[in-house]
Amino acid sequence: MPCFQLPSVHWIFEVEAPAVIEISGLTTRFGEHVVHAGIELAVRRGEIFALVGGSGSGKSTLLREMILLQQPDAGTIKVLGVSLENISDPEALALRRRWGVMFQHGGLFGALTVSENIGLPLREHSRLADHLIDEIAAWKLAMTGLPPEVGRMYPAELSGGMLKRASLARALALDPELLFLDEPTAGLDPQSADEVDQLVLELRELFGLSVVIITHDLDLLWQVADRVGVLGSGRVQGIAAMSELADSTNPEIRKYFDGPRGRAAQAQDVRLAEAGAAWKTR
Amino acid sequence: MRPNLPIAKIAQPQPGELALSGAWTAFGIVGSEPPLPTPLPAAAGALRIDAVGIAGLDSAGAWVLETFLDRLRAAGGSVEIHDLRPEFGRLLDSARQRLEVSAANPTPPAAPVLSPAAAVGQGSVAALEQGRALLAFVGETALALAACLAHPGRIRWRPILFNIRSAGVDALPIVGLLSFLLGIVVAYQGADQLRQYGANIFVADLVGLSMLREFAPLMTAIIIAGRSGSAYAAQIGSMAVSEEIDAMRTLGLVPQEILVLPKLLALVLVLPLLTVFADVLGVLGGMLMAHARLDVGYAEFLERFLKAVSLTALLTGLGKAPVFAMIIVVIGCFQGFRTVGGADSVGRQTTRSVVHSIFLVIVADALFSVAFSALDL
Repeated sequence: MPCFQLPSVHWIFEVEAPAVIEISGLTTRFGEHVVHAGIELAVRRGEIFALVGGSGSGKSTLLREMILLQQPDAGTIKVLGVSLENISDPEALALRRRWGVMFQHGGLFGALTVSENIGLPLREHSRLADHLIDEIAAWKLAMTGLPPEVGRMYPAELSGGMLKRASLARALALDPELLFLDEPTAGLDPQSADEVDQLVLELRELFGLSVVIITHDLDLLWQVADRVGVLGSGRVQGIAAMSELADSTNPEIRKYFDGPRGRAAQAQDVRLAEAGAAWKTR
Repeated sequence: MRPNLPIAKIAQPQPGELALSGAWTAFGIVGSEPPLPTPLPAAAGALRIDAVGIAGLDSAGAWVLETFLDRLRAAGGSVEIHDLRPEFGRLLDSARQRLEVSAANPTPPAAPVLSPAAAVGQGSVAALEQGRALLAFVGETALALAACLAHPGRIRWRPILFNIRSAGVDALPIVGLLSFLLGIVVAYQGADQLRQYGANIFVADLVGLSMLREFAPLMTAIIIAGRSGSAYAAQIGSMAVSEEIDAMRTLGLVPQEILVLPKLLALVLVLPLLTVFADVLGVLGGMLMAHARLDVGYAEFLERFLKAVSLTALLTGLGKAPVFAMIIVVIGCFQGFRTVGGADSVGRQTTRSVVHSIFLVIVADALFSVAFSALDL
């Protein structure tokens, strides 16, 4: 369900833009290989938007283009109301401070402890006192459900699930308006994956975040995402809530639902919904 | 960052009332907290805080605000917040909870800094452990070598040839240039002294013996340690990081056999050859310098060179090269195998491999000198 609550944080002066990300006519080529052939996409403020698609469908490339790591060949991308085309360096810096990115493999700096990693954006960009930065880093770490001892460890000493949480804590360091999560549950055990699902929902509540998730995790799609965009053959094959996509007849989308995993995740969602309804009527 | 947002401020419009304004955010707060108005609010009595002016609040701001309120409350008296925008309430509540939690369980203090004695002790234990691991590594490599020699069919010729090219042929220009320059330096340094005694011709002895016995083998080994030893450590280190070494073990392959032996065999073969090349160019450099500075003709120089330099001098120089080669390969590969963690570790191990192998090459050279003088060679 789309959720249009106001962000609890930030910038009441700003006129609320209807969309945090607007992409139109986006084309990307690698040599002869066309990855994106005219992508149209809009992510609304305050929603959790998931981007799915088979391997090689250009999800990661699209993410890299949204976060200014790569230039598309044609088309426009507007993030938080700022066009990424010909963006000047100061504008890019200002924009980068307004979003947080959690990379698939964490992207934590191996030479720094977890707490130094989390505090780094604050230390670099703000003029806060050092002890404050340490306290805020410890708070962000606690928000992601990690025990305080983890702050003193190095990324190489962490397990996969801890790494993702620590990376999420760093992405939250500057209280972003927009959060990009690349495969937040890949490689996690089911319990950790469930916890990450819950964490994303809680953080959205707390900060009024808009979230863009790239994922293959069907449970995440059913339980967390408000809307899902399916990439296939270089285009967006459909954008809708998961329950609507499940009724789609588009063969590119059907691939996602017709496998045994797809059906299991859907059945799980139905069971949870029934349990929820039973709880309410009781 | 919004440059147009005013920085966070605390004002005191009248006694007993504080007015907060500006951006209470990571970018709107400078230092620990906004400057307090003077005189400070009276400790006792009710304090009214007017929060209507707060234009933006993020978690940094919420944290600062809550710690500030906490301090006011601790000073005694009640504190009331008025007109806080409702959308900020949740974050402030969250900061409040966090503050209570962290007050209840203070973060455990960082690990204490080691006393000098403990640091020395830990360093020694680490060094001993490394020495033991090196010994184990040498043993494993020797076993792999023995297995290969017992079944010559298992020797991997293609990587050996590849290593001969990358560590040997590709190093010819740099080894040649540096030994040529070294030959020039030796002759140049000796020239003045020899001329004083009219012993110009002995420049051939000086250049010949010093290059063949010492400088050529040592210089070549040091260049190769820097050039190839570091490459070995970096290659094996990044393979260890990406779990390729573990993959080899699980596939029943012996990493030493695949990664170490080809390098070892190639370098043991190639380093003496490079040393001969360095000998030739070093003597050539000395000969040119002798002609330019001491008027020693090329024919004279070579004639004297043949008399002064015995075959033993050449062989003692060349004999060291295979030992240096083993040191370089074993240390480079060993440090590579000890890589754990990420990119940072690869860099550290690579540096270590170069430092350790150059150190050990020079130590070995010193031992050779002692041994040769004892044997009267």
